[in-house]
Amino acid sequence: MTSPELMHRSEVAVSVELQTPDMTLNIGPQHPSTHGVLRLVARVDGERIRDVEPVIGYMHRGYEKLAEVRTYAQITALVNRIDWVAGFANEIAFIRAVETLAGIEPTERAQWIRLILSELARISSHLVFMSSYPLELGATTPLFHALRERERVLDLIEGATGGRFHPNFNRVGGVKPAAGGGSTQKKVSSDLPAGFFAGTKLAMDNVLAVCDDIDNLVTGNELIKARTVGVGVIPGDKAIEYGLSGPNLRASGVGFDLRKHEFILPYDEVEFDVAVAEGGDCYDRYVVRLDEIRQSVRIVLQAIDKVPSGPLQAKVPRILKVPQGQAYVRNENPKGEFGYYVISEGGRMPYRLKIRSTSFSNLSILPWILKDQLVPDLVAIMGSLDFVLGDVDR
Amino acid sequence: MTTGLFALDTAIKVVVVLAAMLSGALVVIFAELKIGAHMQHRPGPYYAGGRFGWAQPLADGLKFLQKEDLVPNGADSRVFRAAPYLVVSATLATFVVIPFGPDLVVRDLDLGVFYLLAISSITTLGVLMAGWASANKYSLIGGLRAAAQLIAYELPLLLAAVAVVVQAGTMSLNGIVEAQAETFITVGSFDISVPFLLKGQLIGFAIFMIAAVAELSRIPFDMPIAESELTMGYLTEYSGIRFTMFFLGEYLAIISMAAVAATLYLGGYWAPFIPENLLNAAGPLILGAKVALLVFIIIWIRWTWPRLREDQLQDMAWRWLIPLALANIVIAGIFKVAF
Repeated sequence: MTSPELMHRSEVAVSVELQTPDMTLNIGPQHPSTHGVLRLVARVDGERIRDVEPVIGYMHRGYEKLAEVRTYAQITALVNRIDWVAGFANEIAFIRAVETLAGIEPTERAQWIRLILSELARISSHLVFMSSYPLELGATTPLFHALRERERVLDLIEGATGGRFHPNFNRVGGVKPAAGGGSTQKKVSSDLPAGFFAGTKLAMDNVLAVCDDIDNLVTGNELIKARTVGVGVIPGDKAIEYGLSGPNLRASGVGFDLRKHEFILPYDEVEFDVAVAEGGDCYDRYVVRLDEIRQSVRIVLQAIDKVPSGPLQAKVPRILKVPQGQAYVRNENPKGEFGYYVISEGGRMPYRLKIRSTSFSNLSILPWILKDQLVPDLVAIMGSLDFVLGDVDR
Repeated sequence: MTTGLFALDTAIKVVVVLAAMLSGALVVIFAELKIGAHMQHRPGPYYAGGRFGWAQPLADGLKFLQKEDLVPNGADSRVFRAAPYLVVSATLATFVVIPFGPDLVVRDLDLGVFYLLAISSITTLGVLMAGWASANKYSLIGGLRAAAQLIAYELPLLLAAVAVVVQAGTMSLNGIVEAQAETFITVGSFDISVPFLLKGQLIGFAIFMIAAVAELSRIPFDMPIAESELTMGYLTEYSGIRFTMFFLGEYLAIISMAAVAATLYLGGYWAPFIPENLLNAAGPLILGAKVALLVFIIIWIRWTWPRLREDQLQDMAWRWLIPLALANIVIAGIFKVAF
């Protein structure tokens, strides 16, 4: 005879749905594919991510505050440490903002040299992406092809500025007059090192060659396509909503490039196409970046022929005092829109410096895009957004 | 043979095979370092040992021995400690039935293929134990991925081998080699015999190799480890000697898989134009050469391709490889009956 109590129990057991508890998976701050110290608190059900919460700030260095007690010339040394993969590009918008406030016009030659160097920075930044992204998908070999040529590009930047990662080359009104000369020499040589342009042309050939290499190794690879096509699709309107910029935005079909729309360097005098893709998936973000390398090579080669002769540095007072005012200047960095909002109360230091860094905005889409994705896709998507933690935390 | 002689005979064979396989694993590790390096425009190891860095695997091994022996807090200590040894011993046990010559085999079991596939599945258990006992979520995910993957790829591996068994008419590995050494066709006064690879097992061989790479958890099927996703999967918490054991087990398994594939499809220790009375002497070299070729292919794949996704891997196993392998068995059966 079955007791009614037991029958009741068995009925309950049948009616209760089988459930697995969600697991909280802490990805980072020490993890191979978070590009530094990003932490993601993910709630996962097996391999499926229910939701994810990015935790940032492990690398906050307080640059905005530090800038308030430094002269404008000293701040350039800070800002090229924000997105260290493209150090030179960070300086442009800041120095242009200060020049706008101070009413100083940089020399034409300096502007062109800035353009060349910032395109070189773009190439080197995208080559880092070309090496790290396949690595995150498990392919180790493209890394060596891409990084080898990146080293040549960094050599060029080092030759001209003295620093591979942190050039600190821009001055208000121009660029640092003497590479390697310095104040110890009485007579300052005031130009780029000899052979810089010839070396750049050679390096650009090599960069194009390595782009073909990467095409062969990665672009047509069936497994890469299987991992990236249709994965992490960001529609154009979502990309705008979340404030994405740069290649991440252009891969979603929005052809917005500050080099065409609000340039602060003479981009109107060179011919280039804005790389745009329609799909908005990881593969498109990769393709757009590869295309941008080729476009940058085009720009650099044209710019070398157009660099005018003349001084590198405009006349600037020895102690630069910037009049009261405020300016927001933005620039197309390798990773997207990079802007500085400078408020001056008059004097040698800014009253306030707000940095609109690219990766911070680009990362803001993570909780939306990673919802209900698989753990392996998390890596593919995060890698395709191409962020640098120094750029996120400042 | 008396019991004492039998024990001595087996002991000598075991020691010889053990020594040969462990040094073979070191050679494969070195080959991986060097081949991978050259595929990536790197010199690879070149310092240790003086020339070509030949002593690098030994140096690595010594370094691992000096590392701190960690068992994480909260880990199931006993299972955690046992897992690597289970993996290594299961892999080593596969060499019991692999023939290196007509008489050079530790035990020529009648159910050789069955034993081989059964014993190599035990490594799955070791991996699962490691993943579970580590008390680490990455390890757990890695262990579960490994279990799912190894179960899925055990099937095509087995089914591909079944076709060979059907064709050879025996499960003994020695018998399978002899079946490949039989005269296939006589042209003039020449008796030509060909391995199963050329006797209609091309698809079977392809399935076997794909499944073998998946079974070995190597790129493009290395999701259980997947550094960029799971740091190191089920190996995350391992260090020192136990990590070395897993490492060694991985490379032993490569040799074992390559040796099985060579035996089933490439004729094992047999090669054309070698007189039969020389096979005992030349057999190990012939098998070694075939194994080296297959190992090179496995290494080549590793340094060329990215990693697939877990669901894509399952998809490939269940929707493509298993039906293909089943069809392969049917075809092998028809040929066996018809010819």
